[in-house]
Amino acid sequence: MDDTLSRRSLITGAAATAGSLLASPSRASDPAITEIQPWNQELGSPVDAAPYGMPSQHEADTVRRNVEWLTADTTSSINFTPLHRLEGIITPNGLCFERHHSGVADVDPAKHRLMVNGLVDKPLVFTMEDLQRFPRENKIYFLECAANSGMEWRGAQLNGCQFTHGMVHCVMYTGVSLRTVLAEAGVKATGKWVMPEGADAAAMTRSIPMEKALDDCMIAFAMNGEALRPEQGYPLRLVVPGWEGNMWVKWLRRLEVGDMPWHHREETSKYTDLMADGKARRFTWEMDVKSVITNPSPQAPVTHGKGHTVLSGLAWSGRGTIKRVDVSTDGGRNWVTARLDGPSHGKALHRFYHEFDWDGGELLLQSRAIDSDGNVQPTKDALRAVRGTESIYHNNGIQTWHVRRGGEVENVEVG
Amino acid sequence: MLRSVRLAVLIALTAMPATAESLGLGRVATSDEIAAWDIDVRPDGQGLPAGQGTALDGEELFSDQCAHCHGDFGEGVDRWPQLVGGFDTLTDDRPVKTVGSYWPYASTIFDYVHRAMPFGNAQSLTDDEVYAITAYLLYMNDVIEDDEFVLSQATFGDIEMPNADGFGEDVRPDTPALSVAEPCMTDCTKGAVRVTMRALVLDVTPEGDGDEPEEADAERVLEIDPALAEAGAKIFRKCKSCHQVGEGAKNKAGPILSGLLGRAAGEVDGFKYSKAMKEAASEGLVWDADALSGYLEKPRAYLKGTKMSFAGLKDREDRLAVIEYLKQFD
Ligand code: HEC
Ligand code: HEC
Repeated sequence: MDDTLSRRSLITGAAATAGSLLASPSRASDPAITEIQPWNQELGSPVDAAPYGMPSQHEADTVRRNVEWLTADTTSSINFTPLHRLEGIITPNGLCFERHHSGVADVDPAKHRLMVNGLVDKPLVFTMEDLQRFPRENKIYFLECAANSGMEWRGAQLNGCQFTHGMVHCVMYTGVSLRTVLAEAGVKATGKWVMPEGADAAAMTRSIPMEKALDDCMIAFAMNGEALRPEQGYPLRLVVPGWEGNMWVKWLRRLEVGDMPWHHREETSKYTDLMADGKARRFTWEMDVKSVITNPSPQAPVTHGKGHTVLSGLAWSGRGTIKRVDVSTDGGRNWVTARLDGPSHGKALHRFYHEFDWDGGELLLQSRAIDSDGNVQPTKDALRAVRGTESIYHNNGIQTWHVRRGGEVENVEVG
Repeated sequence: MLRSVRLAVLIALTAMPATAESLGLGRVATSDEIAAWDIDVRPDGQGLPAGQGTALDGEELFSDQCAHCHGDFGEGVDRWPQLVGGFDTLTDDRPVKTVGSYWPYASTIFDYVHRAMPFGNAQSLTDDEVYAITAYLLYMNDVIEDDEFVLSQATFGDIEMPNADGFGEDVRPDTPALSVAEPCMTDCTKGAVRVTMRALVLDVTPEGDGDEPEEADAERVLEIDPALAEAGAKIFRKCKSCHQVGEGAKNKAGPILSGLLGRAAGEVDGFKYSKAMKEAASEGLVWDADALSGYLEKPRAYLKGTKMSFAGLKDREDRLAVIEYLKQFD
């Protein structure tokens, strides 16, 4: 349909309500319209068929997936958020990626305690009920595993944004500010670090500098309006906005205040970034500015052929809000600024769109985000030039998707 | 960040008595409660409990409680972490980061083993046992030379890890920000951009669902096609980290694969097979070309519970090639 035709159809549309002039008697009619569908005729399920509602059976592909060969065992493993099937900026609770070090702990909230000890005026113990009596706050934050895109350091590996970028999610947390809970115990002047500890069999620990602890950290008991999911730390988790996911200790049971960092396994053996010279960076906490095109992407090819096409993606930064996202369709040679849509919260996902007329030819899609601090998402080559390929964590390089003529999409590297 | 720190200071200053700010929530922890949970250990030795152990004591504990995942010598079985070795590999193409080659502090071994190992039975070891296992890991990594060295609160300070100086601070942002340059918008590359690498070539992405229809892989007699076997030698590199063949071959993470064609599954002496493999063997699984092709295509789908942590060879040609290669070794 060309332009003039479509304009004409708009004009005549109003006049032609009954028996449209444009109705084509020759074209085969759509049975989805001409035939009565079962859901038109028969009664559906009654209320309470599913006391906790589930997605439509037609959305069965919208699930987390893991990559089996990555880890020895699924109890110490990860799976990935299906970013290519999601919209907006909020991740549904059941699709938030999982990373456990000793499986999902099944904690009885009646027996869950939070202890605050170390360099405090009085060491305290709280029940879940105690914690819910503190003033509450609601905040939207992304959580990204530091190893997100970590498999891509050496080049294009996994074919799907679920696998290359799916260790990120974004939800609204409800909880208590960490500052308030620490104040209740009274942090001593010598207290410079806080160590959260989990109640699971990994008893996860990290060292967090007091400045961050008193800034925007939260102790959350709810996400997206309901209690935390077990795999996200039910009944209590730490929220460390903008910082790597490993620090957001789940099943949080203890906070110790100290005068120096602990240098525990998760901040020495893991979550340190090995550079090409054999030295490693430690305490690399912030998650850098990053973006990815979620549609089209390898698991979400273009199926409609040439014509008007909606490109959609996500951008985020642990250092603030997203100010701008640029999109390229020719592998980074030329860029246009994409349209940001939806709310813009600091340290939260942002949604961007770029609508264009696809001529059916090959495309090399890229997105490049810029945050409110002025940080620009680098190319993968720029990152490798400074860090080498063995640092595992903090890969925020620009992703390239190759769209073929048929609309299939592949993860590629360009040069 | 600054604003809220200032805010906290302000709250602290305006508070009348220290308790006036308090909401009166929670209760004071007892010293027994704190002792039960406060097990963390720091590089300066804070948190180390009373007790002691030697590498000699640790060896047996390790072989009983740790070796089935981490290997008798800490070399790591399958994809379970390797704990020993990897010295001088940190600048290599594939660095091997272990307790010995990478960890900056010995206190971290004590703390981590105490809180999280053995995997699946955490916090079951006594303090003496943790000292002994820590000593054993240090001994295996040549950090201590004497297997009767007594590791305790008193001697912990003497331990120096080889990579203690291997860590520096975060120096990000380390790529150009807006303040350095506005990002280029037009004609940003010299000429057209080319694809340099493709994920589909590697083919390591898990499939959604629906396997391709089975082809018959059988019917190749023990006659060797040299070109195919040569191609198979290249494929076998993927197996080499776990399997050896030919003269002097030993069991590694996986069993020796010499004389494989026609042999019963799960038969190599001295190799600890999974329960799944033993069961399949008792049900008469024999490694003919067909069975091998099935197993190698998707090990875990073919034999649920197998401990071979290998994604599989999706390409039929690759499977035929590696089988051809393996035929050469009796
Ligand atoms: C059932 C398998 C299993 C057993 C048995 C086991 N471990 Fe582990 N070990 C693991 C896994 C899995 C990890 C990684 C956990 C994670 O993802 O955080 C690990 C991690 C470790 C690490 C840290 C490795 C690194 O480089 O960060 C050490 C040290 C360790 N184990 C020591 C031990 C000791 C000592 C024992 C015996 C007391 C033991 N393990 C028993 C599976 C096992
Ligand atoms: C990560 C380590 C690893 C890799 C890589 C690996 N394997 Fe294995 N393999 C094993 C283990 C462990 C077993 C024992 C499986 C069990 O007991 O369930 C095994 C078992 C086998 C067996 C059965 C042997 C027997 O005697 O029953 C065959 C055949 C085999 N592997 C072939 C291969 C080939 C061919 C490759 C490469 C294409 C390969 N494996 C790659 C670890 C590995």
